[in-house]
Amino acid sequence: MKFTEDHEWLRAEEDLIVVGITEHASTQLGDVVFVELPEVETMVAKGDEIVVIESVKAASDIAAPMDGEIVEVNEALADNPGLVNEDPMGAGWFFKLKVEDTGALNAFLDEDAYKELID
Amino acid sequence: MATETAASLTPTPLLALHESLGARIVPFAGYALPVQYPAGVMKEHLHTRSNAGLFDVSHMGQILLRARSGNAEDAAAALETLVPANYIGLGEGRQRYGFFTNDAGGIEDDLMVANRGDHLLLVVNAACKASDLAHLKTRIGDRVEVTLVEDRALLALQGPKAEAALADVAPGTSKMRFMDSTSFDTDFGTLWVSRSGYTGEDGFEISVMEGAAEPFAGALLANASVEPIGLGARDSLRLEAGLCLYGSDINAATSPAEADLGWAIQKIRRKGGASAGGFPGAERILEELELGSSRRRVGLRPEGRAPMRAGTQLFASETGSEPIGQVTSGAFGPSLGAPVSMAYLPAEQSAPDTRIWAEVRGKRLPARVAPMPFHPHSYKR
Repeated sequence: MKFTEDHEWLRAEEDLIVVGITEHASTQLGDVVFVELPEVETMVAKGDEIVVIESVKAASDIAAPMDGEIVEVNEALADNPGLVNEDPMGAGWFFKLKVEDTGALNAFLDEDAYKELID
Repeated sequence: MATETAASLTPTPLLALHESLGARIVPFAGYALPVQYPAGVMKEHLHTRSNAGLFDVSHMGQILLRARSGNAEDAAAALETLVPANYIGLGEGRQRYGFFTNDAGGIEDDLMVANRGDHLLLVVNAACKASDLAHLKTRIGDRVEVTLVEDRALLALQGPKAEAALADVAPGTSKMRFMDSTSFDTDFGTLWVSRSGYTGEDGFEISVMEGAAEPFAGALLANASVEPIGLGARDSLRLEAGLCLYGSDINAATSPAEADLGWAIQKIRRKGGASAGGFPGAERILEELELGSSRRRVGLRPEGRAPMRAGTQLFASETGSEPIGQVTSGAFGPSLGAPVSMAYLPAEQSAPDTRIWAEVRGKRLPARVAPMPFHPHSYKR
């Protein structure tokens, strides 16, 4: 698993990248009450703000970590946005991105580097 | 974030307790206050509705008014020149909501006023404390002695288990009714207790000497039904209860009729009443109460799950180009499991069930005007 400086985690799943937010980020956000996800089959560019997370405190954006196509979103979050707090690294994932080369993941932070960032 | 500004913030007498309970401390109106504890806003909110929540509201201003004549009624009469409520008719041991108005008919602050026999006790908003004091001294200082209480903390205990929890510490308080205000001598010194609050629940606000505040709070928290609650849940609780936040839902440019607060101006202060008018902005305020205002504070229920927060622009249609109003408070309501907002809308679009559109992140989302409170009050009248 890899990480961005914006507290996203990225996990390769065959030729797809699964994206969510870290435990640290979900704790900082507080109780998540609504998640706005992108449409499936949307082409996104790195840096595009494609997810909005509304917590009891405020709205925050999540950016696409790489160029690619959204091939699946976590529909369960529509009825149960609290999954982002309960299981941010698992059942609380946001979307799956089809990218040209999953090898590009290596450019992101590894777990140790991410831990250093948040300490 | 809090640590950078901590030096310039005023601590309340309970800051060390909040920190020991794991609170996240934030700056609020110049004070260091807990926004949430480890349980989080959602759980704190629901706990208050089902059990009892303890809030530190020591940042609020406690002000005493004493008539220089020695005749207590003179203090009430003087205050009536600044606030359009009936305080001469307020019985001893009773409390009443009101607001300071300005010459334009707007609201300078909202407050609670209690008749405590030989004096009045005012509780005002933290951010307005200094201006309220100056206003009182300038306008009625010749008739009343104005004293800011600086050696007392203020706590709120709210929720269906509040009565039982407070009775353990201050027997006798359970006999109080909504908006009663009385003193109780306890192991924690003399408490000034009112049966009121800012959550829509039954509950109490308790003024305690600062030196006794921490043991007093500790005694309440020792009760299994009581949990500490931060500012985050305080805001979502008051919003569900349809209660205004000064500076957001009401301000110097909103009139009582626009804010739907006409209920706080008793008949005796209105046209034809025995003590009609005689407060700043009376002409506009009283006329609007009779004829209606062109805009009104309303409740909104978004049709989807996305909260419509303060500042969100409102439109009459999905494609309308000119905004017709604006959200002044908005959040997810944990007890409703849905988002709720307060907003100002033109009178003709303010009837319950009117559909309007809000622009959220560039998209027009539908919402309906809804009656308030969103969550029913459970005051012990």
